[in-house]
Parts: sequence; C-alpha cells; structure tokens
Amino acid sequence: MSEQPKNFGFGEDETMLRDSARKFFQDNCSADKIHAQVAHDPEINRPIECIWDRDLWQQIVELGWTAVCVPEAAGGIGMPLVAAVAIAEEAGKAAFPSPLISTYCATAVLTACGTDAANAALGDIAGGTATTLAITNQKGSWHSSDTDATIIDGKLSGSAWFVQDAKKCDRFVVSARGENGVGLYLVEASAANLDITPDGIIDLTRDQAHLTFNGVDCIELAAAGEGDRVIDAAMPTILTLISSDIVGSGEWLLQTTVEYAKTRVQFDRPLGFFQAVKHPLVNVMLDIDRAKSLTYNAACSIDAGEDSIELNARMAKSMASDMGVFAASRAVQFHGGIGFTWECYVHLFFKRIMHNHVLFGDAKYQRTLLADMVIGKAA
Amino acid sequence: MSEAGRKDTPEQAEFRQHCRDWLAANHPGRPPVRLPQGALELSDPDALHWLQDWQKSAYDAGLIGCDYPAACGGGGQEGFQAIANQEMMQAKTPYLPNIIGMGMAAPTILFHAQDEVKAELLPRLLSGEDIWCQGFSEPGAGSDLANQQTFAERDGDNWVINGHKVWTSLAHFAEWMILLCRTSKDDKYNGLSYFVVPIKDNLNKGVTVRPLIKMTGETGFNEVIFDNVVVNDRYRLDEVGAGWKVAMTTLAHERGAGPMVTPASGGMALEEDESAQTSSVHALIDLARQQERNGKTAADDPLIRDDLMKMMIRQAAFGQNSRRMGVPALTDHPMRIPLQFKLVATELAQDLQQIAYEVEGAASSLYVNDDNSPANGRWTLAYMNSFGVTIAAGANEVQRNILGERVLGLPKSK
Repeated sequence: MSEQPKNFGFGEDETMLRDSARKFFQDNCSADKIHAQVAHDPEINRPIECIWDRDLWQQIVELGWTAVCVPEAAGGIGMPLVAAVAIAEEAGKAAFPSPLISTYCATAVLTACGTDAANAALGDIAGGTATTLAITNQKGSWHSSDTDATIIDGKLSGSAWFVQDAKKCDRFVVSARGENGVGLYLVEASAANLDITPDGIIDLTRDQAHLTFNGVDCIELAAAGEGDRVIDAAMPTILTLISSDIVGSGEWLLQTTVEYAKTRVQFDRPLGFFQAVKHPLVNVMLDIDRAKSLTYNAACSIDAGEDSIELNARMAKSMASDMGVFAASRAVQFHGGIGFTWECYVHLFFKRIMHNHVLFGDAKYQRTLLADMVIGKAA
Repeated sequence: MSEAGRKDTPEQAEFRQHCRDWLAANHPGRPPVRLPQGALELSDPDALHWLQDWQKSAYDAGLIGCDYPAACGGGGQEGFQAIANQEMMQAKTPYLPNIIGMGMAAPTILFHAQDEVKAELLPRLLSGEDIWCQGFSEPGAGSDLANQQTFAERDGDNWVINGHKVWTSLAHFAEWMILLCRTSKDDKYNGLSYFVVPIKDNLNKGVTVRPLIKMTGETGFNEVIFDNVVVNDRYRLDEVGAGWKVAMTTLAHERGAGPMVTPASGGMALEEDESAQTSSVHALIDLARQQERNGKTAADDPLIRDDLMKMMIRQAAFGQNSRRMGVPALTDHPMRIPLQFKLVATELAQDLQQIAYEVEGAASSLYVNDDNSPANGRWTLAYMNSFGVTIAAGANEVQRNILGERVLGLPKSK
C-alpha cells in the first residue's frame, strides 16, 4: 500500500525552487539565445564542439542547484528528488546545455555507494564539481554489469562509451570489471593516460564522448562485485531525471506548436482550426500529462523509499520516451516547411528529445524489463 | 484508493465506519439472474427490481444522496458521497440501477428546479424507486446537440411537446425523463428549454417508447416519440430559453466534471475477484497466461507483453493524473486534466479490450452464448460495448475539440 503524500511531496520549498529555476531559464536561456549559441554552424561536417555557458553554470552552482540532491550528511541540501525533477524539467524546457542533469545522475550513483570516498565526491558536487557517469559499453548496453573497462592493480584500462556531457565535467564515475566483479571508480578528467574523444552527435544541446583508459589512476567508490548493485539501486533516479528532461522539452514543443497553429493562416483559417492539427496536438498534451504524472510519482516513490521504485521509474521512462518522440514529430510536422529548417528552433528540442528517449533505455526496452517484473520472465 | 480514510474529519471517519458496518451486514449477495455489464444495458425487469431493492436499502441506510439537502431526501452533508462510494467499491456491491437519475438528473434538478419540485422528485430518485432517463439526442441532434427539433409549445399553465428522441437508455423502465427541447425557433441556442417529464404516466397517452438494439444484440436504449404530450409549467427547469445552460450542468456531471459526486458502487459483485473486470490489465494478464499463442502461452509472447505493459502504464498514468489534478503547483491549467477524463477513460478501456482478441486467438470468435468462450465472452462483449461510450456523452472527437479549444486555446472548429 502506498504511503505517498497526495501532493507528490511537492511542498512550498520545492515550488519556490522550481519557480526560481523557471525564472532563471526564462531570463537567461531563451530559445533564440540557445539557438544562436549551439546552432551557429549548420555545416554537417563542422568541427565537434562543446558549447555551453560557464558563467551560467557558475551561477547555478552558487544558487545551490548541484547541492539539491546531495544528502545533508555529505554536505548538500538533501532536498527530495521531486525538487531535482522540477529543475530538470525546467532545464529540458529550456534545452539548457550544461552538466546539471549528468551531475544529478552521478549524484544518484554516488549516494548509492555509501562509501567515504563516494561521500567526499558528493561533497565536491555540492560545491560545484561537475561529474558524469561512464558506465556504458561500446555496444550501448544499459545493463549494469556490462562494461568495457577493466581494473588491474588499481589502474583502469579499456573504455567507456556514450558518456554524457563529458567535456563539461571535472570527474567521471566509471564502472570497471575486476577479478571479483564490477566496481565503481572516480577518475579526474585531467588524469594522465585518459583519452576523452568527443563524439559527433545530433543533439546540439549537449556533448558526448567515449573514454579510453591506458592505466589511469582512480579512487574506489564501490568495491569490485558491488558496482552493478549500486548502479541498479541508482537507476530509478537516473531514469526519473531523464524523463523529467523529456517532459520539459515536450511541453515547450507543444506550446510552441500551439502558438504557431494559432497564428499561421492557410485557407483563410489559422492552422489550429483544422482538426487534423488540433487533435494530434491534444493527443500530445495527453501524453505529456501521462509522462509528467508518472515522473512525479516515480520521484515521490523514490523519496518514500518504496519497493516499487524500479517499476515506477521504468513506467515513467517508457511513457516519457514515447511521448517525446510523438511530441517532437508533431512539432516538426505542424510547423510545416518552416519546421523542417535549421533556422527554426524546433529541431533543437527535437534532437534533445530523440537523444534522451534512448538514453538508459527506450520505451520498448523499459517495457521488456517491466514485463519480466510484472508478468514474470517468459519461458 | 490507498488515500481512503487518510484525510477524514472525525465526522467523515464516523460515517465511513457506519458505511463499512452496514455494508458488512447488508451486502445483497449474488443476484438471482444474470446482470448485464452495466445499468444502461438492463432489459430484464427481474434484474432491475433486484437492483432497485439494493439501491433502496443503501439509500435508507444513508449511503445514497449523502451530499443532497435533507429537504430533498438527502443526507445534508458535504463530501460524504465520495466516502460511501469508496466503501461500496471496497465491499464489492452491485452497481446502482438509477444511474442516469443519480448522475445527471439529480444535479440538474438540484441546481435548476423549483424547491417544491426538488422535494417532490429527488427522494424517489435517490432511493431508486423512480427510474430516470435522458431525452437529449435526436436523429438530427447528436454531436450537434443544440440542433433540437423536439418542440414544446406554451398552452396556458402547460406545455405541449412533440418530437423524437433517440438513444434513450432506460426509457423502457423510466418513470421520468430530463428533456432538452426547443421552445423558440428564432435562435438555435437561446431557443432551448429544459423540462422534467413523466414518462410512465404518459405511456400510450402520447409517449411511445420503442427499443433500439445495439450491435451486441442487447437492448437497453430506445427511441421515444412525443405526440402532444402535456407537461405542467412547474416542471420547467430554469427560465424559458435557458435550456442550453441547464444542459451544460447535466453534461458536466455526465462527464465526471461537475461539482456533485455521483453515487456509484462499482458493480464488482458480478464476480468475487478483480480479475473478472474488463477494465483491468491484470485481469487480461491472467487471461493471457491461460491462452496459447504460437506454441507458448500468450503471456510469454513479446508483442503481447509489450501491449500489456503499454496498457499498464496508461492505467497507472490515469491514476497519477487524478492525483496530480489536486496539486495546483503541478498543473499547467486547472481544467487540463479534468476535461480529459471521459476521453481518456473510454479509450483506455477500449484499447485494453481490443488486445483481448489477440490474447484469445481463435477463441475470440466465440460469443457470450457459447460455453467455451474465454472468460464467458466478456472481453469481446466489452470491446463492442466500448463504442457506446467513446461515442456517447460527447463523442471523443468532440472531446478533443473541447480540449484543444478550451485548454490549448486553439481556434474553434466551427
């Protein structure tokens, strides 16, 4: 039976934080500003860049946003996950380029480690150290025990792939296999024998890289054999955060497309007069509401320490992923020819959503795992 | 449902306990005849009377009409009906037969009728002794409800009604009807008025009720012809020409968005356990475990599993939306979720029921009249009946127009 509060634990403090985040993004990250920043070069073979505003990041650190998820015992503010979810949603709504959500994901893993080393790293995050996860193999498996990195005599070899916001981060939380199983290790971005190779990606609002380790020093965060358990414990939080990002972007696309449908006139009518436009936009709205409610429910159940957190988080991610794809596709389609251009802002959000919808597992993947949980493994 | 009882005031907690105690001692048990899946499909008078007895007993015990004024035969309370509903659901009681009366007529009468008429009609409505039907739709007025042709002509203290109503559920059993009709041809919307009309008393004295048959072979709804039917002016609700406004009160409640909470008891007494419900994904999962598909059970098929999980997620989302609706800080627009209710609930059930065909495979060909039909044929029957509600009470295409226009602010499609 659920012990969760009616309001998802979203009280006055959380509302204030969310409203201030919303205002911050409205004041500092308008779509035209982001477009000018990250979409300045349409050339397909343009050099791979990592574009972000370090001053804004500094402001965010000073506002305490990186400390929001860090437990008080580790030097953070220790707010409920619902608060971070609200900030992540606003970040998605602004398509904000930053290591914020990646750092929240790393925070989740570090919190689940429970070791002194991990707590020290959490304290640094509260102080503004941008940190991201390097726990995915080249094949893109989301399974916690799959890694292409190994650890021998305290040094890392091998590789890690699809590392989010790698060039913005000071540190990596790396999963690597040793004799006794998978462990987690903290690596400085500036470490010797570490190659950070940026990927050429579609999403303009983040950077991504793969890492190559050639005997890299690291600090143990979770002992060999513990790493996959820790990642599994943190995965509901990670999925919930990514879902929030998608919800925010989806709402931006909906409202923007609605505005366009009110003003663009063809056949003597605003576009939105036609039900072929109106009805799918309503369907997008319904899907956003589903995803948003499931995401808040997931965050709230994590805050309440319920047994159902993996179920709730995978439901949220499934809905958010499917919603995102739908919202993004209708946004482009209903902007007509304009929506198809580089100059229009829609593609910024389209690409961010398409990136996020696969990250840590697309909707079908979530449902495959959910079926195993709910129906039982297939014979 | 897990929130039930958590926020009760002392008075509410006492009432909840009363409901619980009474239900434990007075559950009507299993019906002596087969009941249809809902009250709107009732055609057997024995089934109706058994359900009326159940409603009367629940009414006498204070579980029906709790939030209506005492002068109208109600309990004079606020927020008690929701509690009674929760307890009746928990106790798995049969559904209440006077569904149109309680859900649509009663709130409309409460907000728009004269006090004497409220006192005259509401007690027997709430007790279920008087069955009510709704005379809104006409052959020329479905989605375009305002295109009313049924006409009421003033004649001294009376009105004389002529016209043709259609899709009139329960008219074959009804004592009374809520009637929307035209009183002036000068203005489409402002020429409408609203009456309560005695039906049974006028049968074969101007009122003819003719059954219509659904695609399932079930009856339950009718066409109703009015041939110079006389109604006293005291039974007019609100002003002449205010009919559309009054109809909006009815429709808001029909769609679950009105202020009054409709008494409802869930109808779970058809079987003992939840798995019998055709709106539960878990019931469909259970069915899938029993059916074979391509050499394994349907529950092992990856595509069926994916569909089942999609439905589970949609159902969970529906519940969480109902929860988020009550948290202003987390809603984008006050009516965004409430106005979705009818649309989302009906499509959720329909889509779930559609999957049952694939789960059942060849056996989905069998109808309720065949002993071998899986789950007594209830899934395929429910799927066909699901169109009744995706079409009625504001077709879902119209619901999408309403959402697009009133919530998103898109230009009206007319």
